[in-house]
Amino acid sequence: MAVNLDQKLEKQKTIDQLKDIEQDYKYGFHDPEDEYAFKSEKGLTEEIVRKISEMKEEPEWMLDFRLKALDIFQKKPMPTWGNTEYLNQIDFANIHYFVRSSEKQGRDWDEVPTYIRETFDKLGISLLEQKRMMGVAVDAVIDSVSVKTTFKKQLSELGIIFCSFSEAVQDHPELIKKYLGSVVPYTDNFFAALNSAVFSDGSFCYIPKGVKCPMELSTYFRINTAGTGQFERTLIVAEEKSTVSYLEGCTAPMRDENQLHAAVVEIVAMDDAFVKYSTVQNWYPGNKEGKGGVYNFVTKRGMCRGVNSKISWTQVETGSAITWKYPSCILKGDGSVGEFYSIAVTNNFQQADTGTKMIHIGKNTRSTIISKGISAGKSHNSYRGLVKVGKKAENARNFSQCDSLLMGDKCGAHTFPYLEIENKSAQVEHEATTSKIGEDQLYYCQQRGLSEEDAINLIVNGYCKEVFNELPMEFAVEAQKLLAVSLEGSVG
Amino acid sequence: MLVIKDLHVSAGELEILKGIDLVINPGEVHAIMGPNGSGKSTLAHVLAGKEDYEVTRGSIEFMGEDLLDMEIDERARAGIFQAFQYPVEIPGVSTAQFLKSVVNSIRTEKGEEELNAMEMLKLMRKKVKELGMNEALLKRSLNEGFSGGEKKKNEILQMAVLEPKLAVLDETDSGLDIDALRIVAEGVNTLRSAERSFIVVTHYQRLLDYIVPDFVHVLYQGKIAKSGDKNLALKLEDEGYDWLKDEISVSSIA
Ligand SMILES: Nc1ncnc2c1ncn2[C@@H]1O[C@H](COP(=O)(O)OP(=O)(O)OP(=O)(O)O)[C@@H](O)[C@H]1O
Ligand SMILES: [Mg+2]
Repeated sequence: MAVNLDQKLEKQKTIDQLKDIEQDYKYGFHDPEDEYAFKSEKGLTEEIVRKISEMKEEPEWMLDFRLKALDIFQKKPMPTWGNTEYLNQIDFANIHYFVRSSEKQGRDWDEVPTYIRETFDKLGISLLEQKRMMGVAVDAVIDSVSVKTTFKKQLSELGIIFCSFSEAVQDHPELIKKYLGSVVPYTDNFFAALNSAVFSDGSFCYIPKGVKCPMELSTYFRINTAGTGQFERTLIVAEEKSTVSYLEGCTAPMRDENQLHAAVVEIVAMDDAFVKYSTVQNWYPGNKEGKGGVYNFVTKRGMCRGVNSKISWTQVETGSAITWKYPSCILKGDGSVGEFYSIAVTNNFQQADTGTKMIHIGKNTRSTIISKGISAGKSHNSYRGLVKVGKKAENARNFSQCDSLLMGDKCGAHTFPYLEIENKSAQVEHEATTSKIGEDQLYYCQQRGLSEEDAINLIVNGYCKEVFNELPMEFAVEAQKLLAVSLEGSVG
Repeated sequence: MLVIKDLHVSAGELEILKGIDLVINPGEVHAIMGPNGSGKSTLAHVLAGKEDYEVTRGSIEFMGEDLLDMEIDERARAGIFQAFQYPVEIPGVSTAQFLKSVVNSIRTEKGEEELNAMEMLKLMRKKVKELGMNEALLKRSLNEGFSGGEKKKNEILQMAVLEPKLAVLDETDSGLDIDALRIVAEGVNTLRSAERSFIVVTHYQRLLDYIVPDFVHVLYQGKIAKSGDKNLALKLEDEGYDWLKDEISVSSIA
């Protein structure tokens, strides 16, 4: 496929624009697109879905799953909650649904193309050195294809499977068949159906019975190509008495046009298993005028299947033009525990609508929701959460705390707590506060010598502390830095 | 070090300071006394740069620079420290963390290397011990749930760590028990030096037994009604402020 002159000029323009604004968004560089080995035609058709499946050399059952999902996607109406004004602007026919960065997946680090490795360096993730030193196993997904999974060998000695989703389909079809769609079926919602039809890659993680995963498992996602959607799929299965902590980080370069990200994450926890899932989401939020940015529509759900199992979600959401995201827990096993810790920061014209669903089904189930929203500029930040206690869920407990911090008077904070209680023994507690950043606090900090910006960061970090405490150390440090970047220029 | 000339300050419609003249040389301790609402805290805030107040007339020079031209944090980094009459609570930020951010941001500004967590902790522990404070306070959220006395000690701790050139202590003695008063005063006295000056705002002579001032000023209805040496404080303790009223009305007639 020859690259014509127009495209070249277009690209130079984008690069120039990027240079202008690069200082605003640290991750705003992108790899040379010419080096992509395959890029699907725009638009979503059965042919594309078949092509994706074929290129990935998938078995018949996988193609079947995709085609059924496609059928649902084409029948389902667009969702109607939240602010749909922007959604209507998404042109699903104008998206590349699949991009592959090189012909073959780099099995060996040396085979990974140089420009991708450079990207990791720029991102501060040197797969080989840094993360190995930190003892984190990394699977990195650029655009659609999983690049490389480190530490596979050490992990496999414990029986842990941590690999790209595509590999898992080839190497562990019985597990994928059993669990794929078991928590988030493709019929679940519009974006889940879309993802199920076209998902490109992602990570698969399996922790066998009784194994405590000795290191943090981590995935980095990155959208690179213009006009692409990214649809990754993550599946985590924790067998009886196993434990795992999983980290997910995301970045995308600056683009004038909006990009679509529609991921699905499924977690299954058996008896006494514990899965901790942490996200730092930093997709490009658009520029100060609200142009560009990623539309981030993600379905994340965990199933506490076993007795006394536990799933804990922690998220720091600083990026994306629009985020709709509700990491949820289905508390099916008796005595199971669900947690949701969230920081969502919005500035300029960003919109975040995020929260959780805690579905209590088993007896003595407990859930905790701590949500910290920070809104600046002309942004809107909503907490939307459901606590549902089913008929048989004796002695269910929930505690929810939703705090909103406003910076300036042009932004909005909204709280939508939904309660559906069908069992009288349930104890549900909800606290909500909305506050403005205190003038007196700012003055006090500045009097000690902090700049206004440093003062804001300090106060905001204090406000978010309960959530930061839930993050693994090095992730927390990164998250605090991101928070500072997101709030730059938000006051004064 | 500090030269205040004909300073007039308003908050909204209200004129609070109505022509203050004050010169403070390096190493001097000036006590400022005066009845409630006379403008003592306002003066402290204006020196530190609080934005609620408008300087309508006059000038303030600090170390040869026009202080009124400087931002709040610039003034702080230039060496002005205000110990607050009502210290502010910052939830989720420990005292240790707060001091570390402050110290390192000042060091970075000066082009010095940041102190690491260990060095910082060592420095704070030393000061905490000297002030007879409970070390556990370092780990708690700044001023949150601190007793009145603990808050005041915490201000002095910050001063001891930051080593300012001019410290303005606004009623640091109120709320302190007798032992704490002595310890805080000792803390201030150890910091006294030929280069460092203090403005000590207080209602009570008692503090000045420990921190012996070079000058005592009485602020009355937005003006310095009387200046003298430490004996002026003794006279105020005995006689209150009533005699000043007569003196002022006499002088304004004359
Ligand atoms: N921001 C403000 N807005 C309006 N009025 C103010 C403001 N700050 C101070 N005032 C008023 O100015 C006067 C002086 O206040 P200030 O706090 O300086 O008094 P003070 O001498 O420190 O009193 P105290 O001994 O009670 O601490 C008071 O009448 C007070 O109500
Ligand atoms: Mg006062």
